[in-house]
Amino acid sequence: MAPPFEGIGAAVRRKEDQRFISGRGTYTDDINRPGQLYAFIRRSDRPHAKFPAVDTGAAMELPGVVAIYTAADLANIGGLPCGWQIHNKDGSPMAEPKHPVLAEGVVRHVGDPIAVVIAETRQQAKDAAEKLDIAFTDLPSVATVSDAVKPGAPLVHDSVPGNVCYDWHIGDKAAVDAAFAGAAHRVRLDLTNNRLIPNAMEPRAAIGDYDRATGDYTLYTTSQNPHVIRLLMGAFVLSLPEHKLRVVAPDVGGGFGSKIYHYAEEAIVTWAAGKLARPVKWTAERNESFMSDAHGRDHVSTAELALDKDGKFLALRVHTLANMGAYLSTFSTAVPTYLYATLLAGVYTTPVIYAEVKAMFTNTVPVDAYRGAGRPEATFLLERLVEVAARDTGMDRVELRRRNLIPRNAFPYQTPVALQYDSGDYQATLDTALKHADWAGFEARRQAAAAKGKLRGIGLSTYLEACGIAPSAVVGSLGARAALYEVANVRVHPTGSVSVFTGTHSHGQGHETTFAQLVSDQLGVPLASVDVVHGDTAKIPFGMGTYGSRSLAVGGSAMVKAMDKIIAKGKKIAAHLMEADVHDIEFKDGKFTVAGTDKSKTIGEIALTAYVPHNYPIEELEPGLEETAFYDPKNFTFPGGCHVCEVEIDRDTGVVRVVNFTAVDDVGRVINPMIVEGQVQGGVAQGIGQALLENAAYDADGNLLSGSFMDYTMPRADDLPNFHVATENTMCTHNPLGVKGCGEVGAIGSPPAVINAVVDALRDYGVRQIDMPATAAKIWAIINAGPHHRKPAE
Amino acid sequence: MYDFAYQKPASVADAVKLLADPEAKPLAGGMTLIPVLKQRLNKPNSVVDLAKLGLTGITVSGGTVTIGAMTTHAAVAASAEVKRAIPALAALAGVIGDPAVRYRGTIGGSLANNDPTADYPAAALALGATIKTNKRSIDADSYFQGMFATALEPGEIITAVEFPIPQKAGYEKFRNPASRYAMVGVFVANGPKGVRVTVTGAGQNGVFRHAGFEQALAKSWSAASLDGVKTPADGMNSDIHGSAEYRAHLVGVIARRALAAAG
Repeated sequence: MAPPFEGIGAAVRRKEDQRFISGRGTYTDDINRPGQLYAFIRRSDRPHAKFPAVDTGAAMELPGVVAIYTAADLANIGGLPCGWQIHNKDGSPMAEPKHPVLAEGVVRHVGDPIAVVIAETRQQAKDAAEKLDIAFTDLPSVATVSDAVKPGAPLVHDSVPGNVCYDWHIGDKAAVDAAFAGAAHRVRLDLTNNRLIPNAMEPRAAIGDYDRATGDYTLYTTSQNPHVIRLLMGAFVLSLPEHKLRVVAPDVGGGFGSKIYHYAEEAIVTWAAGKLARPVKWTAERNESFMSDAHGRDHVSTAELALDKDGKFLALRVHTLANMGAYLSTFSTAVPTYLYATLLAGVYTTPVIYAEVKAMFTNTVPVDAYRGAGRPEATFLLERLVEVAARDTGMDRVELRRRNLIPRNAFPYQTPVALQYDSGDYQATLDTALKHADWAGFEARRQAAAAKGKLRGIGLSTYLEACGIAPSAVVGSLGARAALYEVANVRVHPTGSVSVFTGTHSHGQGHETTFAQLVSDQLGVPLASVDVVHGDTAKIPFGMGTYGSRSLAVGGSAMVKAMDKIIAKGKKIAAHLMEADVHDIEFKDGKFTVAGTDKSKTIGEIALTAYVPHNYPIEELEPGLEETAFYDPKNFTFPGGCHVCEVEIDRDTGVVRVVNFTAVDDVGRVINPMIVEGQVQGGVAQGIGQALLENAAYDADGNLLSGSFMDYTMPRADDLPNFHVATENTMCTHNPLGVKGCGEVGAIGSPPAVINAVVDALRDYGVRQIDMPATAAKIWAIINAGPHHRKPAE
Repeated sequence: MYDFAYQKPASVADAVKLLADPEAKPLAGGMTLIPVLKQRLNKPNSVVDLAKLGLTGITVSGGTVTIGAMTTHAAVAASAEVKRAIPALAALAGVIGDPAVRYRGTIGGSLANNDPTADYPAAALALGATIKTNKRSIDADSYFQGMFATALEPGEIITAVEFPIPQKAGYEKFRNPASRYAMVGVFVANGPKGVRVTVTGAGQNGVFRHAGFEQALAKSWSAASLDGVKTPADGMNSDIHGSAEYRAHLVGVIARRALAAAG
């Protein structure tokens, strides 16, 4: 019987799930080191305050307390670095105030770390941390970008005038202004993109360990990119060289971006472990996650579209205020610039675009990339604006989009905002989505709902995003302080099983399955014979980690490159063994064959020969069968597609129920369709969460009002419909697999589809814009105030 | 959580003795107390677990359903007797929290805590329940005294709750989207104490009776009779989840749904 198909395209069940769902995963907090101490961080409960040196004397006397450190003890430690330098319109660099590991006399957001208490037990550390008397003097504070930009607003950093981190722009302003001047229609929309709190299931945790014999440090941490943490913390914060610092990111329970960044706690436990020569563990409590994990989104924008009389887009003008929070998190500065404004062409042929972005400091938790990172903000802005344009000009919203889609024969397509798209077929994803969603039959469903007293609406978004970031030289020229290649090492063992070492990191994405399928397919070995190893700088040569849906596009390409080297070497060994010319050796399905003959050797036989080189071309070939490859991407990849959402609104309560959701995405070549579907479903769930439920609410001063699950509305299963997910793929033209990425498409395409549906449902109430989240209370207020509103039930 | 002594007495008398310590806290299902302790919001010397006092069980006799204070929500929700006698009460118990909460949380704990967003206070007040304690019987009308405040004295333990069986009753709630507690819960009853409409979750001062709805329904037990009866927004909660006006509006909507459930 033929073995089941497990290669590229097979819906193989995830290898790692057995371990996860049976409680056998090893997460950072599951790790305990001999002699381990526990750290508890005393944080600010003030948005902005100064404080004198902290007197630690009394707390040090408490049982079990080993050490208490404040900024005064960290004098030789650097601040947390920002990985991307943006330049202002005038060419000057952005404002980059120090982000201290522990607050240096001033706290700038609720949650800002002030002191760390290290004790024999977690309880003792917490007891002592509570006893620290910190004599705060409150300072004026500001929470929103709209307030922070006002003249005379309180300053988050004295060194940053006007709270402006940078004032950046892209595009041709003069050409855009000219196009607007001559346009038949001009449409303007003010909108916000609501701030989100990531809330990965596993809270962040870190253990610092120090080997007194060798002077080596080990950091176990909840990270999406252990090598990046080693680089940032080692080089910029603690001055530890790479060979003395190992970073391990074991099983990680969700990241969504929030575990990309280098956080203060990682530096604290590593440094303290060396100082105390004992391991130090820190695990976030959930309330700490709310106030110390980097938040996402938080834009306030004005968008304007110029159209000719036939609805062709002539120009787009965007002004955005982006909230950075109190300090610059690792990749925060890139999000509202190169991951946002460069996406504003979307899937449309808009010939000229101008965007200006002011990044603002506020007294809130730092904001950084969160699932989608800039592209959801761009997509929401664009797809709401196009919807409003259709409404304002009286054109059909599908037809308006069709008239402006980049045609399928226009690739490669150069946008006016830097990016060059390599492939796509936006007509195909649109057509398929409309068909699957039965767009044509909607009117009957609307009437059926109306008969039950419900308001039913339908909405769509046609979108595109950029993944697989990106050629190192390109990002370097734009201010990135890191490279963005990926690394793979493929080790074929003597008996033919394979270990694959990847610099990417799986924290829910299913890499252990997808990558194993890729290797199984290419090397022709059974899936069960392939293990994927990730998350340890001592095992993996190097890597940049997992974010921006890059793992398969960049990491998978590195694997292909390494496997090509394996196959090339294998051919030489096979040629020697079978006394044939190397050019006559073909490799297929795990067999090296002399072309035109029935002579062949399996990859297992070749591997054994490579490791037991008794009959071997030892003069020209080294023993062993293991290869490493670095792959630097040639371009971004550009997944895209069409999402269609259908909602029903209860007039009496304002509750919005998503009744149908269709996502048709172009993700390039699919390795495992089940995993792709899961990724899309998860992304859509987060997108619906943003659109209808989630909101990081601050009061005007910067006190976090949604600091727990009592007030922060995470989407639950019963908030979500059964999704209809499909793909309509075109191949990426510049990576060896043709893959594009699927991790973020759901969160990017869905929010505008949901809001467009909600606005459609409320068409009789004169509403043009609804800010996310479209909560029941907000919808009810519209219905209650609307021109056709029914008499209130009371 | 701070350290505390854990005690599990075997009789009500012993529990009362242990609770004479003003720094002692009684533990019923722990669905509020345990999270409060975990967040270090309370620091009792000792926690007195009431689980072994023999206070569980449901009996129906004559016109009364009697539920032991330590009976879980799940037991009430699943009870054939309660479903027969006061189906609205079983239904209410079945929508408290989530399954984990329902298997641990108890009726006595809920009433003793009197969380302003709890479900049971609405039923107890609407049905005119009697709260039985180790010392006395307290009429629901005098038992609820504002949010987290009750007529219970220090060291007084609820032993059972007696519900007179109504002719009709219904409960409906609108959940807070984040916490899933009642943002507005309305219990309507037509029973021995007459027509009562109680509201939980919405008011700043905990559960209350809706006089306007009660008068209207006493005249005519129908949704139409509620038309034109105002629910003032004064005294309603207002927060990031909804304004006082929204909650006042929801009281009307949810009352109609409770009425429909009551039949």
